[in-house]
Amino acid sequence: MDQFTLNLIVVGATFALYFGIAIWARAGSTAEFYAAGGGVHPIANGMATGADWMSAASFISMAGIIAFGGYDTSAYLMGWTGGYVLLAMLLAPYLRKFGKFTVPEFIGDRFYSGTARIIGVICLLIISITYVIGQMSGVGVAFSRFLEVSNDTGLYIGAAVVFAYAVLGGMKGITYTQVAQYVVLIIAYTIPAIFISLNLTGNPVPPLGLFSDATSSGEPLLTTLNGLLADLGFKSYTAQSDNTLNLFLFTMSLMIGTAGLPHVIVRFFTVPKVADARSSAGWALVFIALLYLTAPAVAAMARVNLIHTFFPNGPMNAALSQADTPQWVDNWVKTGLLKVDDLNGDGMIQYYNDGAAAQAKALADAKKSGDEAAIASAQAAFDTAAAAGTAKLAEKNPQAATWKGNELTVNNDIIVLANPEIAQLPGWVIALVAAGGLAAALSTAAGLLMAISSAVSHDLIKGQLNPGISEKGELLAARISMAVAIAVATWLGLNPPGFAAQTVALAFGVAAATIFPALMMGIFTKSINSQGAIWGMLAGLITTVGYIFLHKGWFFVASTASYSDSAPMLFGIKSTAFGTVGALINFAVAYVVSMSTKPTPETVQELVESIRIPKGAGTATHH
Amino acid sequence: MADKSSSNAYWKANIRTIQLFLVIWFVCSFGFGILLRPMLSGIGVGGTDLGFWFAQQGSILVFLVLIFAYVARMNRLDREHGVEE
Repeated sequence: MDQFTLNLIVVGATFALYFGIAIWARAGSTAEFYAAGGGVHPIANGMATGADWMSAASFISMAGIIAFGGYDTSAYLMGWTGGYVLLAMLLAPYLRKFGKFTVPEFIGDRFYSGTARIIGVICLLIISITYVIGQMSGVGVAFSRFLEVSNDTGLYIGAAVVFAYAVLGGMKGITYTQVAQYVVLIIAYTIPAIFISLNLTGNPVPPLGLFSDATSSGEPLLTTLNGLLADLGFKSYTAQSDNTLNLFLFTMSLMIGTAGLPHVIVRFFTVPKVADARSSAGWALVFIALLYLTAPAVAAMARVNLIHTFFPNGPMNAALSQADTPQWVDNWVKTGLLKVDDLNGDGMIQYYNDGAAAQAKALADAKKSGDEAAIASAQAAFDTAAAAGTAKLAEKNPQAATWKGNELTVNNDIIVLANPEIAQLPGWVIALVAAGGLAAALSTAAGLLMAISSAVSHDLIKGQLNPGISEKGELLAARISMAVAIAVATWLGLNPPGFAAQTVALAFGVAAATIFPALMMGIFTKSINSQGAIWGMLAGLITTVGYIFLHKGWFFVASTASYSDSAPMLFGIKSTAFGTVGALINFAVAYVVSMSTKPTPETVQELVESIRIPKGAGTATHH
Repeated sequence: MADKSSSNAYWKANIRTIQLFLVIWFVCSFGFGILLRPMLSGIGVGGTDLGFWFAQQGSILVFLVLIFAYVARMNRLDREHGVEE
């Protein structure tokens, strides 16, 4: 059986499973549609949260980012898991006790203001829509790579599947589908990792393998990796190269951003009791940790394997000849994720750090523009930089004397997608990785679409435009807004704005600077009033979005940027790390404004008292 | 609804627990993983230092323990103060 048929069977089987669940879990009421009726077991909810949270970025890209970034990228590992501690202790139980359907609804009630609720809706839409673009394009890419259909066709198929279970089942359908998707994605992620760990270190548990001895050298794996990297001029895997302040703020932004993501928070409205909301956050982290403990092992091992592939006799000896490349290299060269360019014309592929990555990128841009003069000057700049870098490397690696620049470019996503092929695993494992990538992207997209549609139908239509709407009418409005949200997301996936990759920083920055502080202050102080919350959220939103736009260009038009992340505006703080600063600004403004305006009314103070006590929660209700 | 003084005592006990747990959360991630890493560089773990281990693995394990410890502690506090569901 060929690989294509295998992929089709495995992916088709998982899709049939999702459809089956969609039919079984149809939602009959708004409580079922928005919060799955509040009856989901905490362990099942933890699994669903795991799938909801782990997106195409976690599944496909993260290990690659770590593989090429080393220690500095630990921010993703700590940030994207540490947020669950904050959720369990600071947000989930109290929001569950509050017992409503959406995050803006809490903000509106606690700060007794329709304006605050609308600002909450705006922040939610900015976060969720920017986030969903990446998921939809991930679905298209996964389809086109593994099922040999066009990107667009892949996107339509993905949208149809999400439509079936999200519009029919609402939160109930989404939750139970996500449980199934979690199982698919975690199996797909860990099986290749186990084989690779066994192969490299003899240890079947990848997180233990990471800190074990490599069987080839008898030295610890990380020592071996650092040695290989040094021989090829790359920076050390375990050393810090980012500045400490930025690393700290970036990790914190990812943590509080995670805790402030609306589509994650609403997951805790679906469990029966307050105590379940706490334990559900714990179970979610158990299921997330299975992948997040495996990812750094996959990263380091894949980097070792990659270097071994291109230097079969070690970096001090001749590189791999182009005639001898394994099949997977040829496969991925076709997709453009691997690029080979024989600069010195010796028929071999020299993969090393020539210190001219920036110049290589400028040269590629110049070639795209087609301007002869620009190409010539970019070529000269690249040659000079590459020659300088190569000469420096040649002092310790005699092979490098004949090299004329790095000849291999590797896309981050290769690390996970090509892993089974690099480790020469059977075809069904490759098919499983395809199904896993799709499960990760679809489950996150569904969660985001749920957050978007409930903000529109519940917070805007029922909350503001037509408060007298019937239960049936609201359910219909929720389904229609879900369908519209899917159509918009599909359109954005078909016509991705050029900035798709940068929007993740925007989503986390805005979540960290607006929703997280507003919820924290709503629960832990009674003294923050409506004006304080409104001005605080606006200040956090404007400073964070402004700082990102100053570095990435206004509305991501690169030519309008005043600064860049390689030379940031303030104290070396990159735009990706600014969410923490935005959150501090939010807290400070909210405090000052609240102190100089009328205190919160008695009824709201009583509301705050009541959400702090688990007793009397009941299921989530609409009022 | 539990009476006022019992609710207040419950909330104070919860805040104390959160403060203690957040200190551990901070020290094991931002502390050992980033700020204090140079101080721990002498302690080797599998070819690298303890700070790297905390940054890539240890912090996640500590987070897991923290959440379940918080769950157990709060379930007990809920019962002691008569505020459980």
